[in-house]
Amino acid sequence: MNRYWNEYQKAIADDRFFYERSCIRQTFFPGSETAFLKIMKEELGKDVFDDFRQHTCTGIGYHADVVPMETTMTVVARLFSLMTEHGYENYVPSCVTSFGVFTEMIHMWQEHPELLEKTRENLYKATGREFEIPKNLVHPSDLVYKFRFDLAARMKYRLVNRFTGRPLRVVEHIGCHYAKIFPDKGVGKAEFPYVLAGMIEAWGGEVVDYPERRHCCGFGFRQYLVQENRGYSISNTKKKLESMEPYEPDFIVTNCPGCTLFLDRWQYTIAEMEHKTYDREGYGIPVLTYEEMTGLLLGYNPWELGLQIHQVQCERLLDKIGIPYDPKQKYNAADGRILRAPEKPDNLLV
Amino acid sequence: MPDFGFSIKKSRGEDLDQVSLDKYRQLLEREPSFKRCFQCGTCSATCSARQFTDFSIRHIHTAFRRGDYETLEDELKKCMLCGKCTLACPRGVNLRPLIISMRQLLDETPVEVKRRRRQR
Repeated sequence: MNRYWNEYQKAIADDRFFYERSCIRQTFFPGSETAFLKIMKEELGKDVFDDFRQHTCTGIGYHADVVPMETTMTVVARLFSLMTEHGYENYVPSCVTSFGVFTEMIHMWQEHPELLEKTRENLYKATGREFEIPKNLVHPSDLVYKFRFDLAARMKYRLVNRFTGRPLRVVEHIGCHYAKIFPDKGVGKAEFPYVLAGMIEAWGGEVVDYPERRHCCGFGFRQYLVQENRGYSISNTKKKLESMEPYEPDFIVTNCPGCTLFLDRWQYTIAEMEHKTYDREGYGIPVLTYEEMTGLLLGYNPWELGLQIHQVQCERLLDKIGIPYDPKQKYNAADGRILRAPEKPDNLLV
Repeated sequence: MPDFGFSIKKSRGEDLDQVSLDKYRQLLEREPSFKRCFQCGTCSATCSARQFTDFSIRHIHTAFRRGDYETLEDELKKCMLCGKCTLACPRGVNLRPLIISMRQLLDETPVEVKRRRRQR
């Protein structure tokens, strides 16, 4: 059994990473990337470099067919040149789509060396920069997965319902671009993605195995970029939520910016359109990023992690785990200013 | 409700545990040539009614194979039984008798069941 399972593992470097931030995560889940850096640097003592000169990977434009592949290659090459300049060889993109784009571009360069030469030439002509291909390309969730037992030893809380003493039931959702494009680049490949399930099991939770577990979340770029097409997107999400509803999950955890956003926000839209929510009481199912889940269990302040930005509010989940929080500070800015609380939706309870 | 500019689409997936394929099986007994259909759509392409309406024999075939009989009775009335599709079919499916058999099978559905379907 172990022999076969070994084939489903991937090489994950141990230290010295160049971190690339996501275009959209800092808006949607503003505390997640900061939490990841804190976890890696302060909890695990790893060397992670966060360069202020980084930029987009072109992922959204590339998948929407408005950025040609040659441009994407050159932009990716510039990001790699920043890593090379600082003497790093392990690249960690925060976004699952970026991870997919980098994997794809590296694969293209390996299959077609002339494209690599052309990219080097384009980059040099445009910026005077040179780059090396990373020796190890991993997603941040791979790193949290790799160090999950080290983190477990430092955690203040576990994924256990303190009222019943039973493990929390967690739906894990892996972004499609993590392992469905290049299956061997994901922990557990595309068949048995284990990167999030491994964290949940190591931290005391119970993974929910439901029929549409591997279905797309609905983020697919072509499904939502044009407003009229968003019916396809929300229909995908609804299919997943309907499938998981009978298992009564306590929360959903994902490793992709789009999945977290749409599984969370579409719950509001479905509630408005169809007066339907997917938990018994009408509050919806909370959706967390894996950094938020890790940060919460390590004892970080939920409001500093940015949980108040989510559509489905997380207080009931915090109560179940036993994490203290101050409701008065929920809408306080980092500088202490009190921000205006958002409007309440009509159908989704908050 | 706010105007989102889009709507939730109903799933087109069929749960075969929830539908009855009895009528489809009866249809195959009455008109075995239906088994030869490979859904090329020649019947729809040549159909006179199709030129002017959204009537599609191919859709009817697919719906019948899936046990989705709800709207078929009204759809089948649109067929003028001209028989052009039977002449055009590359697989030799007896389409005209097939349509008649479909009408008969759906007509045999108990009135009470039909009424319930319309109410849904």
